[in-house]
Amino acid sequence: MKYSANSVWENSDRYDIAVIGAGHAGCEAALAAARLGFRTVMFTVSVDSIALMPCNPNIGGSSKGHLVREVDALGGEMGKVIDRTFIQSKMLNKSKGPAVHSLRAQADKADYSRAMRQVLEEQENLDIRQMEVTDILTEDGKVTGVQTYSGCIYPCKAVVLCTGTYLRARCIYGDVSMHTGPNGLQSADHLTECLKNLGVKMYRFKTGTPARIARNSIDFSKMEEQKGDERVVPFSFTTDPESVQIDQASCWLTYTNEKTHEIIRENLDRSPLFSGAIEGTGPRYCPSIEDKVVKFPDKNRHQVFIEPEGRHTNEMYVGGMSSSLPEDVQYKMYRSVPGLENAKIVRNAYAIEYDCIDARQLKSTLEFKNIEGLFSGGQFNGSSGYEEAAAQGLIAGINAARKLQGKDGIIIDRSQGYIGVLIDDLVTKESHEPYRMMTSRAEYRLLLRQDNADIRLTRIGYEVGLISEERYQKLLEKERMIEEERKRVEHTNIGTSPKVREVLERYGSTPLSSGTTLAELIRRPELSYEKLREIDEERPELPHDVQEQVDINIKYDGYIKRQMRQVEQFKKLENKKIPEDINYDEIQSLRIEAKQKLDQIRPASIGQASRISGVSPADISVLLVYLKMS
Amino acid sequence: MKKETIAAISTGMTNSGIGIVRISGEDAFAVADRVYRGKQRLSDAESHTIHYGHIIDSGETVDEVLVMAMRSPRTFTGEDTIEINCHGGTFVVRRVLETVLKNGARPAEPGEFTKRAFLNGKMDLSQAEAVIDVINSENEYALQSSLSQLKGSIKNKIIDIRNKIIYHTAFIESALDDPEHIEIDGYADTLLEAAEEIIHDLEEMISSADNGRVIREGINTVILGKPNAGKSSLLNVLAGHERAIVTDIEGTTRDILEEQIRLGDLSLNVIDTAGIRQTEDVIEKIGVDRAMEYAGKADLIIYVVDASRELDENDEKILPLIKDKNTVILLNKSDLDTVVTEEMIKKKAGSICSGFSEEGKTKKEIPVISVSAKEEKGIEKLEKKLKEMFLNGIVSFNDQICISNVRQKNALADAEESMKKVVESINAGMPEDFYSIDLMDAYEALGSITGESVGEDLVNEIFSKFCMGK
Repeated sequence: MKYSANSVWENSDRYDIAVIGAGHAGCEAALAAARLGFRTVMFTVSVDSIALMPCNPNIGGSSKGHLVREVDALGGEMGKVIDRTFIQSKMLNKSKGPAVHSLRAQADKADYSRAMRQVLEEQENLDIRQMEVTDILTEDGKVTGVQTYSGCIYPCKAVVLCTGTYLRARCIYGDVSMHTGPNGLQSADHLTECLKNLGVKMYRFKTGTPARIARNSIDFSKMEEQKGDERVVPFSFTTDPESVQIDQASCWLTYTNEKTHEIIRENLDRSPLFSGAIEGTGPRYCPSIEDKVVKFPDKNRHQVFIEPEGRHTNEMYVGGMSSSLPEDVQYKMYRSVPGLENAKIVRNAYAIEYDCIDARQLKSTLEFKNIEGLFSGGQFNGSSGYEEAAAQGLIAGINAARKLQGKDGIIIDRSQGYIGVLIDDLVTKESHEPYRMMTSRAEYRLLLRQDNADIRLTRIGYEVGLISEERYQKLLEKERMIEEERKRVEHTNIGTSPKVREVLERYGSTPLSSGTTLAELIRRPELSYEKLREIDEERPELPHDVQEQVDINIKYDGYIKRQMRQVEQFKKLENKKIPEDINYDEIQSLRIEAKQKLDQIRPASIGQASRISGVSPADISVLLVYLKMS
Repeated sequence: MKKETIAAISTGMTNSGIGIVRISGEDAFAVADRVYRGKQRLSDAESHTIHYGHIIDSGETVDEVLVMAMRSPRTFTGEDTIEINCHGGTFVVRRVLETVLKNGARPAEPGEFTKRAFLNGKMDLSQAEAVIDVINSENEYALQSSLSQLKGSIKNKIIDIRNKIIYHTAFIESALDDPEHIEIDGYADTLLEAAEEIIHDLEEMISSADNGRVIREGINTVILGKPNAGKSSLLNVLAGHERAIVTDIEGTTRDILEEQIRLGDLSLNVIDTAGIRQTEDVIEKIGVDRAMEYAGKADLIIYVVDASRELDENDEKILPLIKDKNTVILLNKSDLDTVVTEEMIKKKAGSICSGFSEEGKTKKEIPVISVSAKEEKGIEKLEKKLKEMFLNGIVSFNDQICISNVRQKNALADAEESMKKVVESINAGMPEDFYSIDLMDAYEALGSITGESVGEDLVNEIFSKFCMGK
């Protein structure tokens, strides 16, 4: 039962912006709004669960690491907090091209939450409030405030919804179903109805998590140790690299086997996923172990990563074995894995179902098209992952603030960042499962590297007001050094001296028959800027990150230029804006399917329109002609 | 990468006096300079001037031409425009277009010249609806013709290559996304082999495209006649006549057989139909219905009359099918005693057709030719007649088919170019993430032939074929 008429009252703290939810999206949104000078209140069902990591104990990973760096480049917080609270770090894909190098850190979950909470608590203009929000109040299609379960009305001008997996959440394993959010936390059961009444189309998605097992019940001698990198690279561009060279914790690798698979197969009929007890749509990229066994019957083993949840906890995360099988089966299944024979389960694996939205109801600014002042970010938008959430939360928070500043929203486009790809995909493409970032989704990925996120985005962060003058000046200085050194390298001639011959020979590189430039040598796959230091006598002392940019920009020059030409074409279409009040019904020659899709998504530009499935090139031509006409 | 300078044949694809290839866009002059040899470089030419010279493709003269050089904005599209006037003949005009496409232009989309003219303010706003109609109708037609004309075997081959490409790409991408579960070190060698094989296949398709094998282009011809009138023997004669059967396609029923036949300069897609007669037999009836359906769509009907037997109710059923159609009537079996004469059949056909001379359509005489399929007599007369009809423009095959063939060939070439970049990158020792981009470009180019877009294919392939972790 919600509040009674007697308990309704109006809070007088005069907030500008209300953020609903204190997960990774909510934290970034609230911080951005408050830092941009707006009185902000952040609601959470439990203050103890701020910045909680209810699933895997890591931040980053392929393409997700890019997102964290981009969030940092724009002035977000995630990168800084993980740099202070990680216990192991790796740069993934180091043997591949620089575009797919990706940082991933194991977090001390409790430390991470505590550190983020502290940042929030110390943030000027920001108040934290433990309370469930049940209603979004609107007038004439505009947000006027929110109302809580207790009946209190908080008037405000913008709201950012970051409810994560909490809306009408249900946790399930076997026949057991609990109406709670992740980790047994209270779910938020009332907001969905309010949103539906506001005309918001809701989906029901599902995801899952593996069991946590007591460290002292694991036999690590049967597993392979997985250590972190010797030299750790920080996430944040502001972190001193020396500060992250810590004693790292280890993860452990083991494997399932035929026996495990047999146990799973025998009990499939008891899985709520297979019996139909779960209605939500699950993600294909983090399948439960039962999904893997069913879908890939030829694989006789699957990897299992045993990862610490923190330094001061006994709990270990069993990566690769998320499940919603009954409790007794979970015991049998985990104990069939080498090293886990005597495993004690601390927390069961479970699947979780929750309400989220069809994000095609949002503009690229993450504001609802039909409800002015209502923004949303994170898993509520149909994404998955801490990093995806943080990225959207940051953009939603910035744009809520800009709305109140009377400024246009910030839109990172697909050529500027993974954040752009993420948001554009969410608001443009239909999705039936939680959306996860992947490097293959970024068509201009050679340009969207984790190493140049600051060059791509920090200028925008500065213009928005989240990047300090000092940091901005540092960026300009860095850009200047890169440019200067790049030019020098392009114009430095290398002769055929014995010294050169010796160095080339050492790296197995063809000797020079005549002189060439240093840049040409760097482009050889077996050589690099660093390796050629000894034959480059006039090389100035430069910071490591500057050297890295010079190396990459020269080495992959041809590929980079090609992508830049593609981006030019892309921008032409992005810059052709479609008026917000366009009436697609009026354009007789559009095919019906195209009309419906365009009307549903209401793309902001011709470029966005061209990415909608069901809109053909001919429809785009028609649209161009129509726009010219009107 | 999408080129912004476009080219297309802007005259019909009949064997008329001249054919014009139009190039429009920023690089129109640069492209033209690459293919044209004359007294003067076209980029040095004054606007709105005409130049005599030759179109050269890799050192070989393609045609003697007159080129109109027109600079923006006083052109149809409002952009720099080059118009190459070639000698007629579909073959030569097409060669010129292909040469232009090889040198930096891309085939124009349906209605694209008109669209550009409009967008560049060269047309009145009141014409917008008409412009949209052009785009739509041309697009519909292009889609229809290119897809329906795509041969089954070619289509399957393309689908097969696309499947291979997406599989390799998905494998690479899944490993990049989940490096701890999926290992690709050393995969470059496997991919190199696959890529070279794909390039080989593409090259084969491109070279066979020159023989018109990618799509069936030609005059859609249906042979009609009652059972045993000699249709199939006629087809055999026609096919054997120049020993030029290109390939055959089985129809969906056992009763329809289609062959591409080159008769002199003409290319015919000949559909041999089931004999038309009143029947209760279900299977046979399907064949007959289908024959009637094909007849309705045909560019040309060859009606084979058995001259040795009296016209009967089956012929009566056929006659309505040829009304309003370009038809040649063959009095077959001239080697036997004939009972049907030229006059008889002319009268019969004439009475049918006269009832339908509407809207200023003058009644035209239906040619009747005596032949013996068995003894291969009279076939030259048929050939001569068909040529005459074609050159007089009575029969023509559709422009779009030819154009779509050029488009498809171009798409094959784009795919090949992308695959070559893959090979180049592998040989240069580049990491995997560099070439998966080119793999997807090739995939997209091939999809434009079969009418499939990329969409979420890659992500779907990754999840369906490879087991991702977490």
